[in-house]
Amino acid sequence: MYSFTYHRPGSVMEALECYRSADDGLYMAGGQTLIPTLKQRLAAPSDLIDLGAIAELTGVDVAPDRVSIGAFTRHSTVAAHPDIRRVLPVLADLAAQIGDAQVRNMGTMGGSVANSDPAADYPAALVGLGATVHTSSRRIAADEFFQDLFETALTPGELILRIDFPVPRRAAYRKFPNPASRYAIAGVLVAEFDDAVRVGITGAGPCAFRGSALEEALRRRLDPASIDGVEVPDAGFNSDLHASAEYRAQLVRVMARRAVADLLSRGS
Amino acid sequence: MKVSFTVNGTPRALDVPANTLLVDLLRQHLDLTGTHVGCDTSQCGACTVHLDGRAVKSCTVLAGQLEGAVVTTIEGIGTPARLHPMQEAFRACHALQCGFCTPGMIMAAIELVEYGAIDGSDPAAVRRRVREGLEGNLCRCTGYQNIVDAVMQAAGKMR
Amino acid sequence: MTQTAQIRSETGAGGHGIGASVLRKEDLRFITGAGRYTDDIDLPGQAYAVFLRSPFARARIERIDTDDARAMPGVIAVLTGRDMADDGLGDLPCGWLVKQKDGRDMVAAPHPPLAHTQVNYVGEPYGVVIAATLYDARQAAEAVEVDFTELDPVVDPAHARHSEDIHAGVLGNLAYDWELGDRAATEAALATAAHVTRIELVNNRLIPNAMEPRAAVGAYDPGTGEHTLYTTSQNPHLERLVLSAFVGVAPEHRLRVIAPDVGGGFGSKIFVYPEETAVIWAARKVGRPVKWTAERSESFLADAHGRDHVTHAELGVDADGRFVALKVETTANLGAYLSLFGSSVPTYLYGTLLAGQYRTPNIHVEVHGVYTNTAPVDAYRGAGRPEATYVVERIVETAARELGIDPAELRRRNMIRPDEFPYQTPVALQYDTGNYQASLERALELIDYAGFPARRAAAAARGLRRGIGFSCYIEACGLAPSKLAISLGAGVGLYESGEIRVNPTGSVTVFTGTHSHGQGHETTFAQIVADRFGIGLDDVEVVHGDTGRVEFGLGTYGSRSLSVGGSAISVAADKVIAKGKLIAAHMLETVPGTIEFADGRFGQPGSNQSLSFGEVAFAAYVPANYPDGLEPGLSEKAFYDPANFTFPAGTHIAEVEVDPETGVVEVVAFVAVDDFGRVINPMIVHGQVQGGLAQGIGQALLERCVYDEFGQLRTGSMMDYCLPRADDLPDFTIDTTVTPCTHNPLGAKGCGEAGAIGSPAAIMNAVTDAIGTNDLAMPATPEKVWRALAR
Repeated sequence: MYSFTYHRPGSVMEALECYRSADDGLYMAGGQTLIPTLKQRLAAPSDLIDLGAIAELTGVDVAPDRVSIGAFTRHSTVAAHPDIRRVLPVLADLAAQIGDAQVRNMGTMGGSVANSDPAADYPAALVGLGATVHTSSRRIAADEFFQDLFETALTPGELILRIDFPVPRRAAYRKFPNPASRYAIAGVLVAEFDDAVRVGITGAGPCAFRGSALEEALRRRLDPASIDGVEVPDAGFNSDLHASAEYRAQLVRVMARRAVADLLSRGS
Repeated sequence: MKVSFTVNGTPRALDVPANTLLVDLLRQHLDLTGTHVGCDTSQCGACTVHLDGRAVKSCTVLAGQLEGAVVTTIEGIGTPARLHPMQEAFRACHALQCGFCTPGMIMAAIELVEYGAIDGSDPAAVRRRVREGLEGNLCRCTGYQNIVDAVMQAAGKMR
Repeated sequence: MTQTAQIRSETGAGGHGIGASVLRKEDLRFITGAGRYTDDIDLPGQAYAVFLRSPFARARIERIDTDDARAMPGVIAVLTGRDMADDGLGDLPCGWLVKQKDGRDMVAAPHPPLAHTQVNYVGEPYGVVIAATLYDARQAAEAVEVDFTELDPVVDPAHARHSEDIHAGVLGNLAYDWELGDRAATEAALATAAHVTRIELVNNRLIPNAMEPRAAVGAYDPGTGEHTLYTTSQNPHLERLVLSAFVGVAPEHRLRVIAPDVGGGFGSKIFVYPEETAVIWAARKVGRPVKWTAERSESFLADAHGRDHVTHAELGVDADGRFVALKVETTANLGAYLSLFGSSVPTYLYGTLLAGQYRTPNIHVEVHGVYTNTAPVDAYRGAGRPEATYVVERIVETAARELGIDPAELRRRNMIRPDEFPYQTPVALQYDTGNYQASLERALELIDYAGFPARRAAAAARGLRRGIGFSCYIEACGLAPSKLAISLGAGVGLYESGEIRVNPTGSVTVFTGTHSHGQGHETTFAQIVADRFGIGLDDVEVVHGDTGRVEFGLGTYGSRSLSVGGSAISVAADKVIAKGKLIAAHMLETVPGTIEFADGRFGQPGSNQSLSFGEVAFAAYVPANYPDGLEPGLSEKAFYDPANFTFPAGTHIAEVEVDPETGVVEVVAFVAVDDFGRVINPMIVHGQVQGGLAQGIGQALLERCVYDEFGQLRTGSMMDYCLPRADDLPDFTIDTTVTPCTHNPLGAKGCGEAGAIGSPAAIMNAVTDAIGTNDLAMPATPEKVWRALAR
């Protein structure tokens, strides 16, 4: 790891100031992706700004129609939070599948979302549930947030404060993990709202995206069989050692079908 | 940078470079060499310790993140004369061979029993959950079967 | 089905002696974090080494500019391969000379520890930075400037013979063409066989990944001239021998190699590597202790890899379903250089095992050992024998399917019968004993073979395809009878040493030339000695892994430690008892021949006068009442050279369920019934089997080393190279049958590798049974299985 100047601001204001005065600053949330990157010398920030001491970034606020989660909320907190489990169980289920227990104890929702790893789990939830990202300067709809491989709508220095999730009638997430890294090769979140069905897909493309054709088919009939007739074109899908684009497309179909089955088994 | 935290019940104040990892801090600055490094991509779990009571990979925690924290390592959970039930169970079940992954595995297993919701009435399902709960720790020697046995045995005693 | 043997008791039925599942003595330090591994050792004034590694698979080194690096903070030295060559250090040798089929010696390319003219695999070290801190060394390593001229790499072993020569003088990249068996007779038998089964197999390349990365700490004492090297070795004496006799780092008597607690090896820590060579050399050169610990990414690049065969095989079967001939042709990827035992693994440890458990009368095998621009390939758990088992058991299973014969029945029909031992195979080995039918029948019972059709139907009702697969393996272990091994090209004898020092107080220190890096020697060997002397387990301490303390030994590999090393200890114990009888006879005022030793006491049968082991030991060191002319002291050693290999064998049966939508394979049941001869500690033996099975299942389903066309390693971290995790594996059902080895005093055969040897074929036979096509290569990853189903 290269050397850097370390900061541990106590407020969002202070963090933003740290970033502005740094030559090449980097925010660090839980560090579970960033620290391995630093260890491999793939990043060389002049200043590392640890967000771990900022109370404003923590906290979970659960209302019947909306769950608001502070950016620095750790995955294990989301997975075990009794109110989240009650109101938005799909999010707790998804959080419980991120990485492994140790990673979940450090990693945060904001860190994961800001990184936009193509195989991260949370982006499927943001897209699939139609979340809103509240940042230090604005609100960004999930549909606009994830832009490309490790690219988001965030501008330099912009900080995620919290993420608001609308509560669907019911929803389910199915993930096919990479057997080595346990990231998603394909992950599909299906959510049924009063007026729509949303499908968030991660792992398959450069960043999380909505499965519009799947949504359309499921809107007509919310049933696993509805998936069977849907084309999932693999153009632009990721292809690597672990899965070709074609196989990823198959997995998207299978995970979607199983997510729908899970969702239906939850009643309405 | 200066950092103050508690390790195995003892308050420590150290002045270390900001790019120091918790595992290096333990091994090199505090001579607590029971915590091991088995990889450089945060996959193997050999470096698992407890940070404020929760299992973390100490190779993926920076010194600065420790300010005010409580760290417990394998050296802090039991002694040869007074073993932690998990240590006892690992020995009783032959859940270790070369011993290199063992400290991290034991620390992860303790957390799994404490937080992992592995109880249940169906032993096969419980074993399955234990296996899933240990996905953050690699062991190349044992094939894990005896580790699962050890976690099951210790879970009974820890409750 | 989870039927775990009951092996959990503090002492077991037989107390702490032979056959008891004694809990391990070494565990207390490991479970409390008090183990002492190489990276835990810091020496005063120690500097840190970071290696300069090739980013290219094949390139000429035109120029290395170290000036900027030398000027960096904390840098003590920047040393290159040229510096090492200038200091007169020799090449790393290959310790097993294989004779080619035309009688010529194999062609061993020079292997300098640090490359100086050309680099031949990604990760090959060509220099080392020594600095005050690891950080300083890393910073400086980035400041070294090198001009490389890239050359076309040879990556695919199948095409190596028709590619550019990697090494000058090694034509067609061929290290050797080797054969064994009677080609003419085999071909003739195949030509007239009622049925011939043909198969193409790839034995996937693996990266061993012991959990402890390799490490070394070297120190030089200018006062005494002694070099001390702490390193992660399975055989410190061999390390010392190679470093002194071949590389010339230091004279053997001034080089002490210590392998402290070692965190797993699986073969990968047998070999003498560039890094520890450079560390001990550099320590003397810079006048400070030097430490290096591999990062895992270095382990992936630069540890010796395993397997990597491409094979075509043909099995001839007569009208009665009896095997008449087996013909095998294999291309073995040896990597860029011949590693220490790299040449022997695809030849003598492979071709000799192709008879398997069967009475196949005609066998011929030809192996083309080729160089490629990849990391050296050498022994990895099983070393040649998993590859042989994979060929035999995949082709036998395939033949059974083609012939419509039940796979268990086809094997039964061809197995060597218990009354046929000793059995001379057509591929050089003479099996001393065995009962293959017993293991097979027990395994069939444990898996409930009769119930399989119902389980398959039940799985189908759940939308899953269930398959069953067999593997009846044999291995040659207990390496090795020295004369035979040397006649076949081994550069050293393969005996083992054991020494027993009885202390004046009657406690015992046992020294073994084998090395424990997880196998539990401190317990098993103590059991042998405590059992023989009738003393407590805590009164025995086992010392290993230090050339400064232990008599010359050959280390641990090839499942040899108990059958060879344990036998040496057993012979030494005989000597202790023999001398004890002389002392006891004198003390009891009788003639030596009348003394017997039993239950820890020396005495005459029928007499109520006897002496304890401790009393005799004390007398040996305080020789007041003592035989004239007998040396004081009670310390004996033995070198045990085995008369033959040992032949562990058994049957593994796997049942898998395949999800046809995703191709995911779940191992739902696995039975292993093994014959290891006499078992000292069943708990430890079961643990060895479980661990071996995990690695074998890893090979079959998860693990693969992939280089791209440029020779870049694509599976260079645990993010991409899939090691088995707890939730990838089932609970295993393990049992043993026993035919004691006929030629060693313990009757033991060895158990360390069986799991990894037998299981890959069982899994692949089960998966191919489930999906109904044989066209599937290891590892059976979900996508591959899904595609096979789609064909």
